[in-house]
Amino acid sequence: MKILYFAWLKTKLQMSAETVDWSEERADIDSLVRWMKARGPAFAEIFSDLEVVRIAVNQEYVTENIPLDDGDEIAFFPPVTGG
Amino acid sequence: MIRVEREIFDIGAEIEALTAGRTDIGAVVSFTGLVRDFNDGSPVTGLTLEHYPGMTERELEKIENEARNRWNLQVSLIIHRYGDMALGEPIVLVVTASPHRQDAFDAALFLMDWLKTKAPFWKQETSTEGETTWVKERQSDFNAAHRWKSNT
Repeated sequence: MKILYFAWLKTKLQMSAETVDWSEERADIDSLVRWMKARGPAFAEIFSDLEVVRIAVNQEYVTENIPLDDGDEIAFFPPVTGG
Repeated sequence: MIRVEREIFDIGAEIEALTAGRTDIGAVVSFTGLVRDFNDGSPVTGLTLEHYPGMTERELEKIENEARNRWNLQVSLIIHRYGDMALGEPIVLVVTASPHRQDAFDAALFLMDWLKTKAPFWKQETSTEGETTWVKERQSDFNAAHRWKSNT
C-alpha cells in the first residue's frame, strides 16, 4: 500500500510518501489508523485527533471504515485551504 | 474545463478564448483569487500552494460537473495554481457563462465555495521574518459550502 502525507502532516512526519505492506493488522482504515498511532510520538499526535485529518483512498475522500487492498493509495492530510 | 498549473494565467485571454466565436452566451462571470499581504491580522510576504496531483484534478472535475448539473451553463472553467506565488499574483480563476446572468453568478459562487472545502490544496504563508506557516481552514468557508447542500 502506498501512503501519502500532505501539508503539516508531511512536515511533522518528515516524509511525503512511504510503502507499507498490507497485513491483517492494516486490513481496513480503522486498523491502519490504530497501527499508525502506535508508530511513535509524531504519529500518535497526528492520529489521536481525526477531526483534523482527512483520509482519501485511491484519490477519493473516505469518511467510513473501508477494507484496504495491497495496491491501494491512501492519503492523509489536513482540511484543505486552497482557493 | 479544469486546469491545475504552476504558471500565471491571463484572465482576459482566458475569457476571450472561452467566448470567441460564440453568439449564444449572454453572461460571463469570473472570480479571481489573489495572494494578499495579510492574513488573520499578520503581514504575509509570499505564498506556496501544495496540492495532491491526480486527486486535485478529480475533485475539480466533480465540482465542475455538479455546477453544470445544477445550473444552465454554456461554458465553465476552473484554473488553480500551485507552487510559489508572489503578493498580488492570481491563485485561482473561475469563469462561468450562461444565457442569462443568474446562472453564471450562482454557479461561480458555488464553484468557489465547494472548491475551498473539497479540492486538495494547502496554503503555506511566509512571514516578514521568513518563517513559513500552514494556513488553517476557516469555519466561514465550511459554512459557505454547506449552504449549497440543500439547494438542489
